[in-house]
Amino acid sequence: MGEKKKKIIKTIRVDVDKCNGCRACEVICSAFHAEPKYSSNNPARARVRVIRHPLRDIYVPVYAGEYAPAECMGRDQYTINGKEYEECAFCRASCPSRDAFKEPDSGLPLKCDMCESDPDLTEPMCVQWCLNDALIYEEREEEVEEDAVAQQEEVEVGLEALANKYGLQNVMDAVARMSKKD
Amino acid sequence: MRYGETGFNLEIDLSRGNIERVENDPVDTELYLGGLGTNAKIMWDRVPPEVDAFSPDNLLIFSAGLLCGTPAVGCNRTIVTTISPQTKLLAFSMMGGFWAPELKYAGYDKVIIRGKSPSLVYLYINNNKVEIRDASHLQGKGSNETTDLLRQEVKDSNAQVAAIGMAGENRVYFASIEQERSSASRAGIGAVMGDKGLKAIVVRGTKDINVARPAEFHGLCSEVLQYIKKRENNPIPGVMPILAGLGSPQEMKIHDEKWHTESFMWGNSRVRRKDFWTEEVAKEWTGTLENTRTRLISCYNCPMKCGGTISIPGLPTYMMKCFSKLTYTMAAFSDLDFGLKIAQRATEYGVDGFSTPQVMAFALELYENGILTDDDLPELPSDNEGRFYYLLDKIVRREGIGDVLANGTYWAAKEIGKGAEEYAHNNIKKIEQLPLKLSMLNPIYFLMYCTGEKINITQIEGQFPQMPFPKREQREEFVKDWIQVPDEKFKQYFLDWELRGENSMPFYPTVEMCCDIVDWQEKMHYIDDALGMCAGLSSFPLKPPYHIHNYPKLISAGAGIDMDEETLSQAVKRYRTLVRAINIRRGMRREDEKPPENHWKKRFPELEKELLDTYYKFKGWNEEGIPTKESLEELSLDYVSEDFLKRGILTANGDSPAAEEEKE
Repeated sequence: MGEKKKKIIKTIRVDVDKCNGCRACEVICSAFHAEPKYSSNNPARARVRVIRHPLRDIYVPVYAGEYAPAECMGRDQYTINGKEYEECAFCRASCPSRDAFKEPDSGLPLKCDMCESDPDLTEPMCVQWCLNDALIYEEREEEVEEDAVAQQEEVEVGLEALANKYGLQNVMDAVARMSKKD
Repeated sequence: MRYGETGFNLEIDLSRGNIERVENDPVDTELYLGGLGTNAKIMWDRVPPEVDAFSPDNLLIFSAGLLCGTPAVGCNRTIVTTISPQTKLLAFSMMGGFWAPELKYAGYDKVIIRGKSPSLVYLYINNNKVEIRDASHLQGKGSNETTDLLRQEVKDSNAQVAAIGMAGENRVYFASIEQERSSASRAGIGAVMGDKGLKAIVVRGTKDINVARPAEFHGLCSEVLQYIKKRENNPIPGVMPILAGLGSPQEMKIHDEKWHTESFMWGNSRVRRKDFWTEEVAKEWTGTLENTRTRLISCYNCPMKCGGTISIPGLPTYMMKCFSKLTYTMAAFSDLDFGLKIAQRATEYGVDGFSTPQVMAFALELYENGILTDDDLPELPSDNEGRFYYLLDKIVRREGIGDVLANGTYWAAKEIGKGAEEYAHNNIKKIEQLPLKLSMLNPIYFLMYCTGEKINITQIEGQFPQMPFPKREQREEFVKDWIQVPDEKFKQYFLDWELRGENSMPFYPTVEMCCDIVDWQEKMHYIDDALGMCAGLSSFPLKPPYHIHNYPKLISAGAGIDMDEETLSQAVKRYRTLVRAINIRRGMRREDEKPPENHWKKRFPELEKELLDTYYKFKGWNEEGIPTKESLEELSLDYVSEDFLKRGILTANGDSPAAEEEKE
């Protein structure tokens, strides 16, 4: 087994009950990520979106995560405290089913980077601009197996190269055959 | 490149179904800023005084403010400008919410509507796509209902909708334009929208808004945010809870209504109930609000929580703000439970929460005094609450007596006759006012009531405390961090202001001081109305984060128009004077500029005359309240003075003909 290493996990705690629905997080996110910095703003470019249905009292700030090439097979509905939420209200993906988390001009996916910059900010801008404390920044330490992570990454790089050469289906078939032999 | 603004307006002709995207002139922005300022210029240029509210030639302008859509905190107001059916003067109601920034992101500063559609339509704006669409399926639908249906129809929950309800469709003179948590309510602009056959404007935008000097502008916005935080943690001691903090009065947050219920008038602005607020009432009303208010909410890009989401079992959810919490309750001598319930229906109908309850209380007073009879009010319920629902339904449908009442107390009284005019006693310039009846004349408020052209006291007051603080130590404490004053002399005015004795009202503040104080307070509101800033973070509360010292910097860094305090003050004076010029051209004169006769018990005719004379002169207006040729030319408003001369409103020597007659 590999050596255990400490890793900082950056977290934004979202308290939907404290959200007043103002979208300041969207405003400042898009301004911070403008080039040059703060030169323009446009919530459609923000990496955080408040999913809002004011008349249903639904306000959920969601952060842009990984890009998803395909939409989900069906979407579920959740009822929480008597309010109905679509699954998408909690989903971070930039995906074909919705406009959120795509550059409005190019359609390229957006992803929250926790405002990583040089020099480092004390907190991401959205947290700084949320005076209602619906967004709280936290850092916590997690122990991870450094080698295991590295090995996993190497395997993935290798498989990706094989997939590019022979096609993903052939690689998957080969892996399936190999796993049956054991 | 344009900064702050987009540089384009939409011109919509509903008669011909024509849509044009027109570049606006950056020179106008420098002269009149944006929002109300440039709206006033358009109204002056294109709507002559012969055009009445319901003419196809009347314009209905929806404008974002100059800095809406930038990160300037709380800058989200839509300024709607048109000719009012109620006052026949310029109406410029505003609404917060989310609509104005969305319009900016769609690429437009203003939507200018003219003509009339032959059938009910809505306007759909989605970036470059702009369409006039059929709205026949929305006829009679409530404002929130319409918003919901249109969001589904355009398949976009991020679209922002400004809509009228049934009252607007039926041209009720106090119909509002509703936008979920906000509304532009005063002076009947919803009636003009209905007259044009326009049910709603749906807007969605995904474009950028640029600022001129990014780092500087961001720094200024961050300072504002920090100041808000500081003010929220340090309410002003010694004033009413609702005046201690920022935002519009925190009616959705605060339960203690002793001040409103015991100082404001009940019924048709008649009865003061000095011992109303008992422990029992407090407990009951607190319970009512706690059980129905599901969330405190804000407008776009603002940390405040001035609004509330109200969910009453069995009724659709709606959003409320400010004093409409109590207007229905108090007009009907009822309780908060009734007030919140009827406000739900009133919001869907789209009516002004100030005028509507007073019109209904007025009607019931006429009934009690035999001026309206059972023939006028067939099947009138016996209880007060039932009567209010009955009248509300009649008014918005213009059924029977409702057709008369739908024109507001001034016009209704004229039509009803039989002495009904005596009961329409709480109007200024034909518009229902806050139900206040007080004892001693307040000279500052006298001037504001007389000359405020938004014709609503809350839209001119704010920066100077309403009353003197009893102890000098309190006053000294107050002025310590009063950075907002335009000049140090205002601190002295306040320090020397006493509750009793020589330096008390009505003779202190002196006439000259009153002019300074009123001018400052009004100026801040006019700046807000051009920038699209919420009065709740600027002109309305004491010690706000925005003031005359940081505004020029924000405009310079944001919109790229170099401004200092003097050039900003000059620009504001220019479009404020233009607003007056529009009204003067429509016949407004000194005789119209007076508070309700019974507003104060103790009146001082000589002092009042001196106040108005001096203030008019201070503002560059003659004794009739008409801007003089010299003052117009000094503001580069030569085209106004030329028009005034041509129409005989001013004569060559600068006087108004009426004033000349007096001299003879």
